[in-house]
Amino acid sequence: MSAIYILWLRELKRYVRSRVQILASLGQPVLYLLALGFGLGPVFQRAGNGSYLQFISPGIVGMSVLFTSVFSGIAILWDRQFGFLKETLVAPVSRMQIMLGRALGGATVAMIQGAIVFAVCLISGFRPQHWAAILPALGFMAMVAIVFSALGTALGSIIQDMQGFQLIMNFMVLPIFFLSGALYPLSHLPTALTVITSIDPLSYGIDGLRGALIGAWHFSFALDLTVLAIIAAAFLALGAYLFSKIQL
Amino acid sequence: MIRAENLVKTFGDFTAVKGISFDVQQGEIFAFLGPNGAGKTTTIKMLTTLLKPTSGTIELDGLNPMHQQKEARRRFGIVFQDPSLDNEQTAYENMELHGILYHVPRKVRTERIEALLKIFELWDRRDDYVKQFSGGMKRRLEIARGFLHTPKILFLDEPTLGLDPQSRNQLWTHVKRLNETEKTTVFLTTHYMDEADRVAHRIAIIDHGKIIAQGSSAELKASTNTDSLEGAFLALTGESLRDESATSADAMRVMAKMWGGRR
Repeated sequence: MSAIYILWLRELKRYVRSRVQILASLGQPVLYLLALGFGLGPVFQRAGNGSYLQFISPGIVGMSVLFTSVFSGIAILWDRQFGFLKETLVAPVSRMQIMLGRALGGATVAMIQGAIVFAVCLISGFRPQHWAAILPALGFMAMVAIVFSALGTALGSIIQDMQGFQLIMNFMVLPIFFLSGALYPLSHLPTALTVITSIDPLSYGIDGLRGALIGAWHFSFALDLTVLAIIAAAFLALGAYLFSKIQL
Repeated sequence: MIRAENLVKTFGDFTAVKGISFDVQQGEIFAFLGPNGAGKTTTIKMLTTLLKPTSGTIELDGLNPMHQQKEARRRFGIVFQDPSLDNEQTAYENMELHGILYHVPRKVRTERIEALLKIFELWDRRDDYVKQFSGGMKRRLEIARGFLHTPKILFLDEPTLGLDPQSRNQLWTHVKRLNETEKTTVFLTTHYMDEADRVAHRIAIIDHGKIIAQGSSAELKASTNTDSLEGAFLALTGESLRDESATSADAMRVMAKMWGGRR
């Protein structure tokens, strides 16, 4: 148990200490929020969908949780290169615990990052349907964070170098984001896109966030929760398995 | 304490370790010597559960590290050849993290961290990030960390690489003391023959993935008719090198040839 805690704490310390990085990682979501939120706002409004800023804010929060959690999972790659990974791999602690500590730490960091972006959304003019809605929204944020830091850990266990990282970035993380309904409504899409968006785990996270915050559900509370819980369990199991198979 | 039988490791079509066997007794200091790329580190990785052997068996304190990983890991400590510190944490935090991972009780942990950081002269820098340390300081911290828990078996993979003579001396004194007082079994690799000569009870020489000689320093010297371990090592591991340094006369002959060739 203390092993999980100390590795969770390590992730947190790394995050808090890299202030420049915190600031840098806010750039992208803020750009999306302001450029798209205000830029596409009039078109969105004319199409009869209401305020785009209201629509996109939960999506942007989901995006920053996605990126932060996947990256902190993939940070195994850096630990592999700088050698710290060895130190944890030979310790008399089950790999399951090490993986859990890392993944939960990454998820916590992603939650904090998501909360900061949420605050930026509020400053930009976003308003939840009522303030109590923040609680279920936090729940969905946590689930998204766990799902993707587990996925990041799984991926970080198998990739060996920067090229692998680029591959995952371009063929996994970006598609997961763009095909999730973070930026556009999931209804009335071409069939192919409907199929793809419905197998993207982030779709359910974004839908949960958006449903909780502004009351606009595409799926439903129960479905979002169930799907995310199942996927979180599956990815944690996968991450634990792949992490336990690491050889140096 | 450590037993390896017909240990083989292949990477693709390259065989790094070709069926080596050895047996290290409890309380023994065993040196594993060999030129670069001989298979030393691969062997240590297999012994410490970081790599799966292609074939062969390993026993650590009667345990099979492949199947009883956690139990086996509890029994050994290791100082790696290359860095394994967390650069983004302070020296103290690195020690603390290690102590927690190895289940060292809090009170013992605090005491030992202080003692070890003082021995390796890092106490004053305990709150600095490791990324600000010089290579030698990182090495010292790494070694201090290896001693934090008291394992039955200690693996040292070229621990003195890049250390100044003071720290080297400190390290070997500490290793010897541990070995004498706590009967710690030590398995070490090094390129400094004088170190192996000084501390090791028994030595195995590995080259091209095979153990080519085993015995005490005296036995190795006697079997090769040399008067230093370095001489014995070179005699066993390299034709051309043996010519160069087996005797000083040979060395002079090589020099003469070189100069002769130039003229």
